[in-house]
Amino acid sequence: MKDLKQQIRSRKRWDAIFALCGLLALMLGVLTFAALFVDMAVDGFARLSWDFFTSYPSRRAGQAGILSAWVGSTLVMITTAFFAVPLGVAAGVYLEEYAAKNWVTDVIEINITNLAGVPSIVYGLLALGLFVYQFGFGQSILSAGLTLALLILPVVIVATREAIRSIPQAIREGSYALGATQWQTVRYHILPYSLAGILTGVIIGMARAIGETAPIITIGALTFIAFLPPSPLKAEPPFLSFEWLMSPFTVMPIQMFNWTSRPEAAFLTNAAAAGFVLVFMTLAMNGLAIWLRYRLRRNIKW
Amino acid sequence: MSAVPGQPTLMQAALRGERLARRRARIVRERLIELILFLAALVSVFTTVGIVYVLVKESVLFFEQVSIVDFLTDTQWTPLFDDAHFGIMVLLSGTLTSSAVALSIAIPLGTIIAIYLSEFAPFKLREVAKPFLELLGGVPTIVYGYFALLFVTPLLQRIYPELPGFNLLSAGIVMGIMIIPYVSSISEDAMRAVPMSLREGSYAMGATRFQTAIKVVFPAAFSGIASAYILGISRAVGETMILAVAAGLQPNLTFNPLEPAATITAYIVQVALGDLPHGSIGYQTIFAAGLTLMLFTLACNIAGHVLRKSFREAY
Repeated sequence: MKDLKQQIRSRKRWDAIFALCGLLALMLGVLTFAALFVDMAVDGFARLSWDFFTSYPSRRAGQAGILSAWVGSTLVMITTAFFAVPLGVAAGVYLEEYAAKNWVTDVIEINITNLAGVPSIVYGLLALGLFVYQFGFGQSILSAGLTLALLILPVVIVATREAIRSIPQAIREGSYALGATQWQTVRYHILPYSLAGILTGVIIGMARAIGETAPIITIGALTFIAFLPPSPLKAEPPFLSFEWLMSPFTVMPIQMFNWTSRPEAAFLTNAAAAGFVLVFMTLAMNGLAIWLRYRLRRNIKW
Repeated sequence: MSAVPGQPTLMQAALRGERLARRRARIVRERLIELILFLAALVSVFTTVGIVYVLVKESVLFFEQVSIVDFLTDTQWTPLFDDAHFGIMVLLSGTLTSSAVALSIAIPLGTIIAIYLSEFAPFKLREVAKPFLELLGGVPTIVYGYFALLFVTPLLQRIYPELPGFNLLSAGIVMGIMIIPYVSSISEDAMRAVPMSLREGSYAMGATRFQTAIKVVFPAAFSGIASAYILGISRAVGETMILAVAAGLQPNLTFNPLEPAATITAYIVQVALGDLPHGSIGYQTIFAAGLTLMLFTLACNIAGHVLRKSFREAY
């Protein structure tokens, strides 16, 4: 009897030990994240000023800034979203609402699963061979935007499919019963109801794209750019210009990589400041996505 | 003029004709839209075809000049020197060593976190911890690279002063921490999918939470957990920026994590940063290296698929 009690106690002790291990493991994640964030903030804080955002990179670390980098990142993100969102949503809608169960659909689905696991640098090689040389887009914003669009396509497709799958069948049947065609059902019911879910996926995809360095280095983006791409707005008609699509560029993570790989300590401070801005942006985007999903789960009850 | 019963008037016939035309237009439009959506879905297939085409095309040109035996057995990697050697083993050793370090961190910690969150943690903690882990996975890898080089390496140097400034160890450790969320989130999903009745059965037999988690839930969810591990492996092998920043760019045939070494991915970055002319052998090497990487991750993906299939338990 005493034996049994002892055994029970020891088993319960194991329970407590494991729960403690779990908490510690979680804490390690929290701690790393805190260390990373604080380290970057402390090192880079001195450089975070208005000038830092409005100056070009320079050989003198104290005068260097991230103007060309954040403008480049913004333009690449616009291009990425322009291609990835319509393609991803259309593909998601097709697979959920239209696709027949046959081998073609199977091939597409296997492909998407596989592409999600392909290392990002391989996309860079694809872009180097295909966009830069075969199609002759050069080392331009267009090449970079297309590359990142292909990279985040699986994320957008999966998010779209999940959002659509959560819409009950009765909504579709109601729409058909009123004489709507398949496209009308998709256009006026499926898409509006899945919008928040799709948006969450798009934001997470964009947050990933903005931090991607390897594929953009691989297509040969320059690391030192002291000019801006041509403005998309013109004084004379037709007011819009797409010259910037073909312009050379740099992006935030590449600027940071450039500064990190220099030996002088002053440039490392710049790298920390750029890193802080980058982490802040991805955190804000991911946070927005998490908040959206949270609200979504609370508000919709079919 | 009186209408013949059963015969449509001119007016009715015209109306019907118009309705038929409208309906035809509508069917055509529906088909057209379906076709456009289908083409969008096909983009993923084209992407795969494009990747294989580009990698194989340039690699074929590469292997016309370098024999595949040399590529696999040479112990030197000096493609840009006059005395060029192309032994992929050198780069592969860096990739494998750093991945081994990363996985020895990510797999135990990821599994413990997953078991804890799925079986032990109170509901509130789980609701907070999951999004937080997602954030950890969303930090750009270049930032992790900076962190490895300028925070973790100096920290390790305090414990082990001979550690060089570039080394596989600190890059691997940081990479492991980066991979934890991927491993833990998929493993946790797999464990949560195990039906409650299995746990209740185990508790009814007098098992503790820990015993239930290890002996009932973990084996039942093993197919999902294994695929989480496989995803972790393919992330580690394909990771680029952490290694390019913190592990150095020197090709080095070593399995010692305390040394600096280049990986396949870091080599591609190094070449891309330079100014190699299109069509040169140096340009082609990165595609051969990329093909090696792609085959490796493909093997991982297939292994994951097979594991999932063969270990799947149906409830």
